[in-house]
Formats: sequence, C-alpha cells, structure tokens
Amino acid sequence: MTLTEKILARAAGRDAVKPGEFLEIEPDLGLANDITAPLAIEEFEKTGAASVRYPERVFLVPDHFTPNKDIQSAQQVKVLRDFSRRHPGVRFFEQGEVGVEHALLPEIGAIAPGMVVIGADSHTCTYGALGAFSTGVGSTDLAGFYLTGRAWLRVPPTIHAVFSGTRHPWVTGKDMILALIGKISVSGATYRALEFSGSAVDSLSVEGRLSMANMAVEAGAKNGVFASDAKVAAYLKGRTSRPWEHVAPDTDAAYERVVEIDVSALPPVVAQPHLPEKVVPADSLPDVRIDQVVIGSCTNGRIEDLRLAAEILKGHKVASGVRCIVIPATPAVYRQALHEGLFDVFLDAGAIISPPTCGPCLGGHMGILAQGERCVSTTNRNFVGRMGHRESEIYLASPATAAASAVAGRVASPTEIVAQDRRQG
Amino acid sequence: MSMRYEGTVYVFGDDVNTDEIIPARYLTTTDPAVLASKCMEDARPGFGAQVKKGSILVAGANFGCGSSREHAPIAIKAAGISCVIAESFARIFFRNAINIGLPIVECPGVTKRLKEGDRVSVDLKEGLITPAEGAPLPITPFPPFMERIVQEGGWMPYLVKQYGRR
Repeated sequence: MTLTEKILARAAGRDAVKPGEFLEIEPDLGLANDITAPLAIEEFEKTGAASVRYPERVFLVPDHFTPNKDIQSAQQVKVLRDFSRRHPGVRFFEQGEVGVEHALLPEIGAIAPGMVVIGADSHTCTYGALGAFSTGVGSTDLAGFYLTGRAWLRVPPTIHAVFSGTRHPWVTGKDMILALIGKISVSGATYRALEFSGSAVDSLSVEGRLSMANMAVEAGAKNGVFASDAKVAAYLKGRTSRPWEHVAPDTDAAYERVVEIDVSALPPVVAQPHLPEKVVPADSLPDVRIDQVVIGSCTNGRIEDLRLAAEILKGHKVASGVRCIVIPATPAVYRQALHEGLFDVFLDAGAIISPPTCGPCLGGHMGILAQGERCVSTTNRNFVGRMGHRESEIYLASPATAAASAVAGRVASPTEIVAQDRRQG
Repeated sequence: MSMRYEGTVYVFGDDVNTDEIIPARYLTTTDPAVLASKCMEDARPGFGAQVKKGSILVAGANFGCGSSREHAPIAIKAAGISCVIAESFARIFFRNAINIGLPIVECPGVTKRLKEGDRVSVDLKEGLITPAEGAPLPITPFPPFMERIVQEGGWMPYLVKQYGRR
C-alpha cells in the first residue's frame, strides 16, 4: 500500500484499503478557523446536540482576520471563543498565542506521523510533511465531526512525486512544489494523494517539506505526504507528547502515476498571475515592476523562511515605492526572529513587521492591493482578486526570491542580488 | 428530495476558484442572503444581483478550486441556482456541495454543448442532461455512498439519522 493507503487502513481498523473505497473513520484531530468554524458551530448547534463527541480533538484557530479587523470578524471569533467555553476540552487560541494554523499546530506538537487530520481549511494538507494523512474539508464536515467524531473519506489513488538531484543555492521546497504544479497543472492531482520522495526531498528540512505539502492542494490533491525520517523525529522531540511510530509506504505500493523532477536543473522560480501552475524561472521576467512584497503565511512564515529572507535583505534597502511586509507565522517564530536580530535586518531594509496573521494572503487585511498593483508573495495562491482588487496581480515565490524582488523593485532572482553583492565585495 | 431541474444556463470557464465565487472580503458573515448577493463577484461582477432563481450554472474543468470555504456552495445555492454542471470539480467544493445538499453533476463535454442563455433540463435519477436541441448528455452518476448522503439531504441529516443527536 502507499503511505496514504496505509494510514487510512489503520484509521479504518482494516488490513488494507483500495483507491475509490469510501470510509467512515474517526479522525484524530479536526481544526477550523475564524472563517470556517462559525458555519461548523451553527450546523452543529442546529442538531440540538448537548455535547461534542471528542472535545480534546477540536482545535479552533482564529488566524485569518487576526487581530480582528472589524466588528464582524470580532463577532466571528467570539462565536469560537464562546463555543470553547461551553465545551471544555476544545482548544481555542486567544490573541497572543494564536498564529497561522498550519504553522502553529506542528510547532506546538499537535501533529505526529500516522495521524488522520481533517481541517476546514484547504491548506490542512500541510501536515503531510510530518507523515500524517491530513486533508482540507468543509465546515459541515467539522460539524459532523463535533457531533459524532466521524468523517467520510474516499481513499484516493496516489501519484508518486520523486525529486532527484542536488538543489542549487537559493532553490527551496517552495521552488520544488511550484515546479511540480507547473508540470502537472492546478488540476493534475485532483482527487489524488501526492506522495513525495527522492534524494532532494530527503535533503530538505522539515520546514521545507511543510512548504511543499502545504501546496499539494494547489495541484488539486487531497493530501500531500512524506515518509517520516530522522529529521521528523528530531523535529518532534520535545514538541509532542503523542505516542507515534515511523510511517513509510510498502515497497510494492501501487502508484497511479510517477512524476520525476530532477532539481539539478531547477532555478528559483515564480508562478505568474493568475494560477499557481504558471511557473517560470524568476530571472526570465526582467521587466515586471512591483508595488508590494509579502513574506509570511502557512507556506513560508516559519523561522527558516525569515532567516532566508534576512540573508538576502541584509545590507540592502527595499526599493523605493515598494512595500515589504514580513509576517512571522506564530508568536514563537516572532520571538525567535526578534531574538536572532532578524527584525533589525528587516527594519534596516525598510520592511514592515506584522503580528502573526493570514491577513493579506486572502485579501483579509494587513496589506491589501489596489487596482493595477503587483505583489511578489511567499503565499500559495495568485488567483484573481486574492489579495485585493480584482485587477491586481500576484507572483508566488520563495522567501529568497521575494526578498530579492523587494530589493530590485521588480521580479528578481536571489542569484542576481547575491552576484551583485559579490561584485561589490 | 427532488432530482429534476430545469432552467436557463449561465456559462463559466475553467479553473473558477472559490475566491472568485465568493471573495474573502465577504467572509465576515455566514448569512446566506448576503453571500448570495456577492455570488461569483470576482468572476462576473454583479452576477449575484442579476441571477434568475432556478437557473443552472455550467462551468468548465476544476470548478471550485482553491479554498475550502463552504460559503462558496452556500452562496450559489442561496442565489437560487438549482443545479451546477461542470466538466469536473475541485474536490473540496464537490464534497461541500454534497454535504450541504446543493445538486451538482459532473458532465465531461458539457461546455461544448451548452451556451449562455440555453434552456436545459437535468434529471439526476435518469442520469441525463437534456438540452433544447440535440441528443441528451449522459452524466457521471454518484457512487452509492454519496447517493445516500444526497438522498438524506446532506451529511448532517445523514449523521443524525445514523447516530442520533447525542
């Protein structure tokens, strides 16, 4: 069986499962945010139920509009807070401890290999980096989970994505997942699991793998998953109190399709408006002037991402007329970046530092685009109107490429900025 | 649950995402009437105010890709769209539609046969889409498990029937 099939078989209490089968299972964890939880809570309460089946499995992370941007968003968060008070055991993250959900949950040790996680947020697929089966669902799925502890799933066929070769400097997990989406398209993995492996994946940090799994949904995938290894074990040490075992696919696993990418030939890339599949080398667009850069989100708001951006920004200024917004994804990332002196680098360069929030990624707040404006962003979607006006544009990139673009005032590859630095000694 | 729908067709393209169906700037409410008024706002501005009750929405491949927001199928349902037909659907949108009881059918080739303003009837029981002219189009039937959820009117009624209210 593939990794996804093995995890789902165990969750279903079965020896084996096959693609296409429908399962009703009890997920280990279900999360929702300030946009999706209010609908889930409404649907749960419509049933007249008195109690939540497994309150300790319920995570409510009000991260999308935090800090509350207006009266309506504050009301929505209040729905979550009140629900958590009525149902002791439910985990609600108050402002001050809340961070971007898919950065926060791995960081606090809520996720371990072999778990089944559902989330009313499409980027729930992020946790596959830790060897969990983890998938985005809707609010009604969460309402049903609150009521019965159960969820329905169809076992997906698996596409095996094998990344070989050695990464060039400044080529990150973000570039690798964008390259895959560019190759198979935004619907290339619809209803499928993506299982990642290969030497170039092994060499990535857990954080780099989180960035990759995060964007599995941008290829239409149900989940994106990696076998757990020593790096995952080291990441979990001191973080999680959950008992867990390593997960790996069977050697005779049946894959629907194998896609191979040699990263030796991969430069830093960007995805052009308005789809994540429109992937080109970052240095192939020399004349795309920009107005804003966003460095953060569930894709690229972890400490390693901020370090990478700081490495490029150090000793440079953000180009005149460009706004560069840095968003540490969680309070712990924020503190760590402060402690390491990264904030000085960002502030010296003329960037702005935001509290942890999803904010601008979804056009919520903290950096909205005006008509005709262009942004290079480390987020995961560049759809029409995603970050603001429907006539604004988004280029998706790694933190290194986003930082380089902030310095250049146009879409630029980090190699260009680094080469300039070398010439100037 | 009625399984037959007849109406005028609105046609959209490929890869219509949930940010276009209901932009996040309107996600500070769960009120179906407000969501309906902004339905398809960034794909076709003003659609929510013009759409005729009972109409049928036809789309290309990968309809509803992107975010998991259930507000998207809710906006479409509350706007009075009786049924959505697409070449294919993104998976979270598809399960959300099943879960909330929005009739939804996959029909490869539909955008070649139907154009904006056509009259069409959809019979989910018979598994057929019948345009005003030409031969009927067969649709991909639901697997039996999904069929049961649809028959119960959605995932919550299904669960309440199976497991009670606690």
